[in-house]
Amino acid sequence: MYPVDLKYSKDHEWIRVEGNRGTVGITFYAQESLGDVVYVDLPQVGDEVAAGESFGTVESVKSVSDLYAPVSGKVVEVNQEVIDHPDLINKDPYGDGWLIVVEMSDPGELDDLMDSKAYEEMVKES
Amino acid sequence: MRYIPNTPAERQKMLADIGVGSVEELFADIPEQVRLKRELDLPEALSEPELVRHMENLAGKNGDTGRYTCFLGGGYYDHYIPAVVPALLARSEFYTAYTPYQAEISQGTLAAIYEFQTMICELTGMDVANASMYDGATALAEAAAVATGVTGRRRVVVARTVHPEYRQVLNTYLEPRGVELVKLPFADGITVTDNLDRYIDRQTAAVLVQQPNFFGCLEDVHSLEQAARGAGALFIVSADPISLGLLKPPGEYGADIVVGEGQSLGLPLSFGGPGFGYFAAREKFLRRIPGRMVGATTDVHGRRGFVLTLQAREQHIRREKATSNICSNQALCALAATIYLSAMGPAGLRQVAGLCAQKAAYAKKRLAGVKGITVAFTAPSFKEFVLKSEYPVTRVQEVLLRRGLVAGPDLGRFYPELSNHLLVAVTEKRTKEEIDRLAEALEEVAG
Amino acid sequence: MIKSPWNEKLIFELGAPGRQAFSLPASDVPEMNLDWPENMCREKPPGLPEVSEPELVRHFTALSRLNHGVDTDFYPLGSCTMKYNPKVDEALASLPGFAGIHPYLPEELAQGALQLVYEMESYLAEIGGMDRVTMQPAAGAHGELTGILLIRAYHRQQGENRTKILVPDSAHGTNPATAAMAGYQVVSVPSDRRGGVDVAALEKLLDDQVAGLMLTNPNTLGLFDENIHIIADLVHQAGGLLYYDGANANAILGYSRPGDMGFDVVHFNLHKTFATPHGGGGPGSGPVGVKKELVPFLPVPLVDYDGKRYYFNYDLPRSIGRMRSFYGNFGVVVKAYAYIRSMGPDGLKQVSRDAVLNANYLMAHLKKYFYLPYDRLCKHEFVLSGKWQKERYGVKTLDMAKRLLDHGFHPPTIYFPLIVEEAMMIEPTETESKETLDRFIASMVEIAREVEEDPEKVKGAPYTTYLGRLDEATAARKPDLRWRA
Repeated sequence: MYPVDLKYSKDHEWIRVEGNRGTVGITFYAQESLGDVVYVDLPQVGDEVAAGESFGTVESVKSVSDLYAPVSGKVVEVNQEVIDHPDLINKDPYGDGWLIVVEMSDPGELDDLMDSKAYEEMVKES
Repeated sequence: MRYIPNTPAERQKMLADIGVGSVEELFADIPEQVRLKRELDLPEALSEPELVRHMENLAGKNGDTGRYTCFLGGGYYDHYIPAVVPALLARSEFYTAYTPYQAEISQGTLAAIYEFQTMICELTGMDVANASMYDGATALAEAAAVATGVTGRRRVVVARTVHPEYRQVLNTYLEPRGVELVKLPFADGITVTDNLDRYIDRQTAAVLVQQPNFFGCLEDVHSLEQAARGAGALFIVSADPISLGLLKPPGEYGADIVVGEGQSLGLPLSFGGPGFGYFAAREKFLRRIPGRMVGATTDVHGRRGFVLTLQAREQHIRREKATSNICSNQALCALAATIYLSAMGPAGLRQVAGLCAQKAAYAKKRLAGVKGITVAFTAPSFKEFVLKSEYPVTRVQEVLLRRGLVAGPDLGRFYPELSNHLLVAVTEKRTKEEIDRLAEALEEVAG
Repeated sequence: MIKSPWNEKLIFELGAPGRQAFSLPASDVPEMNLDWPENMCREKPPGLPEVSEPELVRHFTALSRLNHGVDTDFYPLGSCTMKYNPKVDEALASLPGFAGIHPYLPEELAQGALQLVYEMESYLAEIGGMDRVTMQPAAGAHGELTGILLIRAYHRQQGENRTKILVPDSAHGTNPATAAMAGYQVVSVPSDRRGGVDVAALEKLLDDQVAGLMLTNPNTLGLFDENIHIIADLVHQAGGLLYYDGANANAILGYSRPGDMGFDVVHFNLHKTFATPHGGGGPGSGPVGVKKELVPFLPVPLVDYDGKRYYFNYDLPRSIGRMRSFYGNFGVVVKAYAYIRSMGPDGLKQVSRDAVLNANYLMAHLKKYFYLPYDRLCKHEFVLSGKWQKERYGVKTLDMAKRLLDHGFHPPTIYFPLIVEEAMMIEPTETESKETLDRFIASMVEIAREVEEDPEKVKGAPYTTYLGRLDEATAARKPDLRWRA
């Protein structure tokens, strides 16, 4: 449920790092707590995001949550498919349900994130 | 007590189950210092016959449309209400229900709202409509707020020919958000469209107009739309729904949001409320629309059904980040409009609009012939027009009252430059004979 | 599947081209040339239904039968006060002298209406312990916005530009949404272990930027905040004002008045406390009362009396302006006025007595079967939690609510307040008989037993409504908001 090759934030986002780019999505736990995701509001390619700050929102039928960037940087890709089919977030949170790709401005921020074990612990305690 | 079933014996049994000795003990948590230590100072209870007598007495002091022939306008109108409308509204499954949150037992309200939304889209030429707002004024203010959110701009341009009370509400709603209101001047009853770029620019979030406007005149909406479009501002139109039986739907001349007061669609005057505001917009603003919306879906058996949808926009979920704090809609009033529009159909609505326009045009011509009275504006008009009188409006109104007629309002109270100007509204209910009586009364003023 | 009382056709799917349900006279004036520009005229008629009157009546009658109303059966929807709506009040509001009067009538032709509004103002002022009341707000949330704008105007008059409004974490969503709409930053105040405002936390949050605190008392847990006078003193000492959300006033009529608790502004929900029908979501009415310091800021116009005649007073130079067109939902005010006159002071007090008695009776019987997070005497409503059923059997509150539909009841308010897990907020009101309460208890107990014995059955409910559970996710993902041919 929490792949070991990803890093996790306390706000329930994950990031998959390749070079100076990171693909960002929400975790299995986050999508499960939300229930059926019905809408995502994502930034545009070229927008800047800052670690710990909101870069969009995700809505289920009866809730809305901010999406918090795990790292700072520039948005270089946005998942158009997930905007059209938000249920991908429920079906495949770590695959087709990815949200954005960020070109990291400070890869050092990755050190503040959790590995899968630490994240799983945190989720269990909550 | 007729609305409270509990008897003293039952209360004793219930108290015993709760484990307290008296009802007063249930109120023990109210601290002494905040208790009311006397009885409420209110009139003693009335029996039902006494109540009816008292209320009939109050009602009898008012000049209703059965006693005074109504040429009053200014946003609320004396249109004919088909008998089916009140008859169906009296179904208590409609009026004693709450908001349809439990969809399985609220399909009546939900399906009717879905029909209502469809009808509003059809009338206005827009893509989507909500389940209704409080009134035309607040619908306009909410539309302006949407525009500031969409554009990120802080200036809203509003024609002075928009209902003065609507403009007051706009001001109340927008001032705390730091939005500036800019007024467009009028001449000969319509908004001046020369030099619009003096008022409308890249800081403008929206241009707000009313069609037909407060004076009943038809605005040059095409020029206004172009100016809004050119500046990247939203074009917001407040429209009398009855007029849309004959007038071009605002969606066809570029409106981004269309709002208006729905009282004309089958609702009584009721001293100005309840009516409802309608709110329709282009699809791209869907998630910015305030208020409730109903959508079609299917149930577990695959049957068509309806639910409140896109609720994540609303206050009960988004709380301080919601588009608006509005929680309710004017559901029963919107239902009245749905029944009214179903009864009228496309032909009936066209005929009502046509009768209003014809009779108003006749009245305008007839009254223009009265000594001391002129028709103030030459612009084409729908069901209202403005008379200028050589005499004070109060004197004119006195004479009308004596003859069982009412017209107005007196425009001097809203526009200082229009003292001695009177608005006259003519709906399909007015007859030639009544219009002629109005003319005769005005002739009496001239003496 | 249950057979529907409805043929499942929308009004657009009925009728035939050329059918009509209207009859209008021919024009009796000479044919006039309107000289409207061509580009302002409608080319294509709107796609409205074409039906005859009998079809129209059957359609809407069938739709009405799909609804559950207070007249159908018990409606214990917490925080909504779904009490019985007296028939005479409906009839009275329809009198021509009320329903048939134009808002711009000369005042001398509206003396009865103005007298009614003037007297209603005095009744609400007395009930709320306030000095003046405006009838303009069209609903509770509209009243909240009015009240917060009044608070803002008051502070500005004092030369202060305060930026924050405090709202308890148990508050209704309209409270924070209202404060934000009035330009304020919203700060949440936690609840204490007894379900009231956490006074220590409140003290820490109070500073010279706090414009006011929005509160309902009893609160959304149905509990009277025993510290209300302390809370009021603290807020006032910090220079803030107190706003009373009148949603729960049905519990305290004649017992305690917001004004005596220290509140400066209050809104009433005439459609809750004063028995006007909810109409499927409106129209309501949300009059706002204020203490004298705030009177100068009330919306225009007020209704005044000079000893001979009633009149609209527009001379309020410091007013916040207008909240809506005309004077409010007058038709609703008429019904609430009639209700107050029917009940009198003793009757209104009896309302609160029986509302509170009925709630405590239900709570006493149900707390054995459902977790009761705040186990103390309640006021007009109480909040149960479905957490036992969820933890032990995987059955959610939503499932139990849907199962109640099979018992013929409207479910309680669920998942609110947010501070109670799997919340069920139950408000019986005073207009329900003991037999109805006992039937409801029996159904709830039956459902609790069924959760243990056959949880899957509960999860699949409802079974007896003609529609089963609806797919809300698809409705939100692919919005279908209007009918198309």
